[in-house]
Amino acid sequence: MTNLNLMLLVLMVAAAVWAVMARSLLKAAIGLAIASIIITIFMFEFNSPLAAVFELSVCSGLITVIFLSTIGLTRPLSHKELLALSRDRGRRYGFMPLLVIACGAILAFVFLKMPLDLEVAKNTISVGAREVLWNFRHLDLFGQIMILLAGGFGAVLLFRETNTDEW
Amino acid sequence: MPSLLILVPLVGILVLNFLFKLVVRRAAFWFVLVLFATQAVITFLHAPFFYAGSADRLNPFFKVVFNVDGISFVALLCIEIVCLASLVVARYTLHDLNQRFNFTNLLLISSIGMNGMVLTSDIFSLYVFLEVAAVSSFIMIAFRRGKRSLEGAFKYIILSAVATVLMLAAIALFLLACSDTSFAAIRHGMGQSPHSNIILFAVGMFVSGLFIKAGLVPFHAWLPDAYSAAPDAVSVLLAGIVTKACGIYALIRLVVSVFGFSPGLNQVILLLGAVSVLAGALAALGQNDFKRMLSYSSISQIGYIALGLGSGTALGVAGAVFHFFNHAIFKSLLFVNSAAVAEEAHTTDMDKMGGLSSRMPVTGSTSVIGFLSAAGIPPLAGFWSKLVIIIALWKAGDIAYAVIAVLASILTLSYLLSMQRRVFFGRLRQGLEDAKEVGAGFALISVFLALIIIACGLLFPLVFNAIYASVKQILIQ
Repeated sequence: MTNLNLMLLVLMVAAAVWAVMARSLLKAAIGLAIASIIITIFMFEFNSPLAAVFELSVCSGLITVIFLSTIGLTRPLSHKELLALSRDRGRRYGFMPLLVIACGAILAFVFLKMPLDLEVAKNTISVGAREVLWNFRHLDLFGQIMILLAGGFGAVLLFRETNTDEW
Repeated sequence: MPSLLILVPLVGILVLNFLFKLVVRRAAFWFVLVLFATQAVITFLHAPFFYAGSADRLNPFFKVVFNVDGISFVALLCIEIVCLASLVVARYTLHDLNQRFNFTNLLLISSIGMNGMVLTSDIFSLYVFLEVAAVSSFIMIAFRRGKRSLEGAFKYIILSAVATVLMLAAIALFLLACSDTSFAAIRHGMGQSPHSNIILFAVGMFVSGLFIKAGLVPFHAWLPDAYSAAPDAVSVLLAGIVTKACGIYALIRLVVSVFGFSPGLNQVILLLGAVSVLAGALAALGQNDFKRMLSYSSISQIGYIALGLGSGTALGVAGAVFHFFNHAIFKSLLFVNSAAVAEEAHTTDMDKMGGLSSRMPVTGSTSVIGFLSAAGIPPLAGFWSKLVIIIALWKAGDIAYAVIAVLASILTLSYLLSMQRRVFFGRLRQGLEDAKEVGAGFALISVFLALIIIACGLLFPLVFNAIYASVKQILIQ
């Protein structure tokens, strides 16, 4: 692993943590977009340009635009509310970065101890993973269209305007 | 033509939205009812013209061969019956026509997800269709946009996301180690390198993801909130089939047809099954909310299915599959009953109910059949499946787990008896004088489910022998 990759990985984790811990929704959306852009770089590096283009256009681009426009429609919190929220979040989720680091350390330890015996793969791989996933998986594409359809119904149902105040 | 089971509901959605939406929305219910009923009849009859693989002209388009065996038939039948029950409950409990129409669409999408999951013989396709069912479930739980329902949906999403990460990472490792994600390729890869750390790690991660989806203890935190906060029709669907198809069916299918049994995996499944059986039953004992009690009861019953699977024998797996079917039916019936009661009493707090059997005789009597089957009282279906699981555990030498299963059965009887006493028996509570049966459809579906329970109990040798024979055949392969 090159130093640049290592730096990018650290940056990606930092952006993801920022997205979860940020006080402002706007900053959280930007954190998510940064994490997504770094994932795109890794996808290009791993020779998956198609997945990278999707990640860049949909996850970093389209979704960020939708988030930003939705946040634009909401009422921003006052400074006092933001401080209270921040304190509450720090108290509840402050341990999360430590937990992530601990999990990472355990996994690294397990993988270092584990011999990566990929004899089966070496002997039998004849078609690239990308080719398998994109050229031979029409059923999965059908499934993904169904997920999008469900998401569409969800957006119509859950985000439509309502007059009832159930909260 | 098994592929029609995932294509026809999609055609149904298109017809509903482009034809019925414009013409008459009320007809949507009958249209979807006929669709599910037809699927159920075709599956029940094992119609050879439909299920013969060679007759499926759509296979080349999907580039897969659908896997239909005895276990798939049981799961498909459960999916269709429970979807039917959920649809009927929605007709009476979702009063807003638009809401009901949208629910019908989501129900069809969910059935596509579950049918696809059951039919596929590829682990990645299984994951994709599992997500189809999961995404439609998130939306259906949050349907009413109340605080509780949004909270229930949110917990489900968060824990499902954890399961998703585990399963996707496992699929990547399978692809890396076995060069393909089909069941056959993974089985071949495992046969060639039975001690490959990568494959064992992938199996562990995938199975952990399924434990979360199945709601086994200690991965159950999302389940009671999701079940009890969801609208009644959605609770029937979730408790009846979605959780079981997404978690337990996938677990049985993969362990039986792909991963195979191993002492380590068996012990993990047995341990989680036993903890779920006990913890679910004990938690159910302390509940005052009708739906929440049934939710904890589901955890306990799913534990029984896990115990049968964990025994690692053909008898145990057949018992697990039979209990899978029985639980889908009696839990759907109990949730249909709870929906009827909630509709009339306007609450699910059991302390505010009582004596409803006199005002709602069909609901009251079918509820007794559901609870007796759940508690394992002979000669109802639930008794036989639990008995088979206990015998399988005993024969496999897992005597401690067999004893736990017997003891938990007593706990089940106790909390369900308490539910019956508080809701249906005794003097009619003040304010419930106007309670009556919700409608003919409600009564019909309750009686239909109760009749299945009685029939499967009385025809036990016939039903169980068919399941046992097909499980033995799958295990020999």
